[in-house]
Amino acid sequence: MTLRRAQDDGAQRRRWVVAAAGGFVVALLLPRLGVPTFYVSLLTQTWIFAIVAMSLDLLVGFTGLVNFSQAALFGVGAYAVAIAATRFHLTAFAPVMALGIVSAMLTAAIFGLVALRSEGVGFIIITIALNEIVWGLAYQWVSVSGGDNGITGIVRPHVGPFDVSANTGYYYVCLAFFAISLLLLLLIVRSPFGLVLKGVRETPRRMRALGYNVWLYRYLALTISGGFAGVAGVLFAWYNQFVGPVALSLDQSTQILIMVILGGIGTLYGQVFGVLVVVFLSNELSAVTQRWEMVLGVVYFAVVMYAPGGLVKLVPQLWRRLLGRRPALATEEP
Amino acid sequence: MGLQFYVQNALGGLAYGSLLFLIASGLTLIFGLMRIINLAQTAFYLLGAYVGLTLVAHGTNFWLASVAAGVVTMALGLAVYSAFLHRYHADPLTSLLLTLGFALIVDDGILAFWGGDPRSIAPPPILAGSIHAGTLVFPEYWLAVIVISFAVAAILFFALQRTMLGVMIRASVDDEEMARGLGVDVNRAFYVVFAAGAFIAGLGGLLGGPITSAYPGLDGELTPLAFAVVIVGGMGSLSGALVGSLLIGLVNAFGKALFPELSYFTIFVPVALIMAFRPQGLFGRKL
Repeated sequence: MTLRRAQDDGAQRRRWVVAAAGGFVVALLLPRLGVPTFYVSLLTQTWIFAIVAMSLDLLVGFTGLVNFSQAALFGVGAYAVAIAATRFHLTAFAPVMALGIVSAMLTAAIFGLVALRSEGVGFIIITIALNEIVWGLAYQWVSVSGGDNGITGIVRPHVGPFDVSANTGYYYVCLAFFAISLLLLLLIVRSPFGLVLKGVRETPRRMRALGYNVWLYRYLALTISGGFAGVAGVLFAWYNQFVGPVALSLDQSTQILIMVILGGIGTLYGQVFGVLVVVFLSNELSAVTQRWEMVLGVVYFAVVMYAPGGLVKLVPQLWRRLLGRRPALATEEP
Repeated sequence: MGLQFYVQNALGGLAYGSLLFLIASGLTLIFGLMRIINLAQTAFYLLGAYVGLTLVAHGTNFWLASVAAGVVTMALGLAVYSAFLHRYHADPLTSLLLTLGFALIVDDGILAFWGGDPRSIAPPPILAGSIHAGTLVFPEYWLAVIVISFAVAAILFFALQRTMLGVMIRASVDDEEMARGLGVDVNRAFYVVFAAGAFIAGLGGLLGGPITSAYPGLDGELTPLAFAVVIVGGMGSLSGALVGSLLIGLVNAFGKALFPELSYFTIFVPVALIMAFRPQGLFGRKL
């Protein structure tokens, strides 16, 4: 029994590795296969938002913290690039990336001090307020953030010897950061630290009784998540070459959360699919209709009511139904 | 910055704060009873303003129009509640996302129907004047808003503390299961509270119009203030919402006057202080 399960696990793992490697190769080849630049640019967006969605999944899916201030962390990274470039003429790749990550992590660390004083619904409400306050800063502090007009004139830097100012080059930068982030996050959630996080998600009280400092683990998870959100923010600023307050609005936070739910909470890799759907949908919709925000609202309803488990669960279910097979659970129950 | 500066801003802050109460009271009551974080509350406010200004433009009396606007948002709120939200009491995340999606739909609907230009709303002619005291100038209408909001607060307190319905609502907040066991129609309490919250916010829309005016995106600007109120006052507490509204109104007014670019940030100060020393809020209970 245990042997068979071990073999199954091994086979499953091999299948995953093959699927992931295959997906990565396809992603590498896509811009070379004559895909129109518009879609290459949408895919670039997908990699960027997948990083921030995964960073939120670390909190929602693995630590049990529903953070509504993820867009603020993302936006702080983006604004760090913009302000460094336009005020301090700091545009080199590595220092700016480091600056964005550190500022987002610092913001997350400050948020944690305030928001982690409560948990559950209280945490949700406080992170909403925190996100709105950072948005208010970006919206009103015109002398620093440019207010509603945002900051323009951000230029994509050279990465080492490579010029990535063109869309295809930049696509590879974002893909690389996505792959690295996914690997790092997988390492984190599978490490002993990640197992403690899962324990904190499931039963904080028991973990406390076992002597774990629950607050500290949540705090560390939030700060780490802030770092990844910062990476995405930096990439986003270079991608758009513009940063405005919309990037860190509450709507943006919600959209990231919708991506996570749609992808499948607690899956990490599933986020790619959730992001893909939201990015393509909102771009296609805004091309077709002016009322795409309304449609987006309807999509929120549809996702939380009909796909709370995410595409990762929904698609196999629909597939089985299409083939006329009942879900395994119903038939195997004695 | 003499005495005049302080009096002027204090009065302005109280007027703005009492407007906030009209939004935050629904937010806190709905949350206290149903554990639903209703982010559509400020969208109801904005919709109330637009419905109201359209009615006024067609010759309806200002007060009648604000009540009518409240009725419209109440009907809309009840429709959404009975069709979707009432299934998700125990699930704050789902209900929150539903109200956000609904707010998006309302926002975009407003943009489609009324366009994107800001609309200023004139106060009713009787209250269009100003009170002059020395060098101090204070619009009469602001005073009226303070009075009306306190009247609404008084009615809410009376309804909660002194009527049978209020007893049932409070019993359902304390122990829903026990209340059901004793034959309290908890579902009716849910509907009444949700309807009341949506009504007061819609009513507030036109009443607040002369102060905030109406434009798409106003609801997004009010949300942080409403949330700060609920956090400072304590989630679920009506007295907390009243005290929190006035406090945030004052902090906001002085913040805007002293640090015009950082006024949202100044709201952060009371929020952070409350979280540090009393995470459940001034009047709240532990969640």
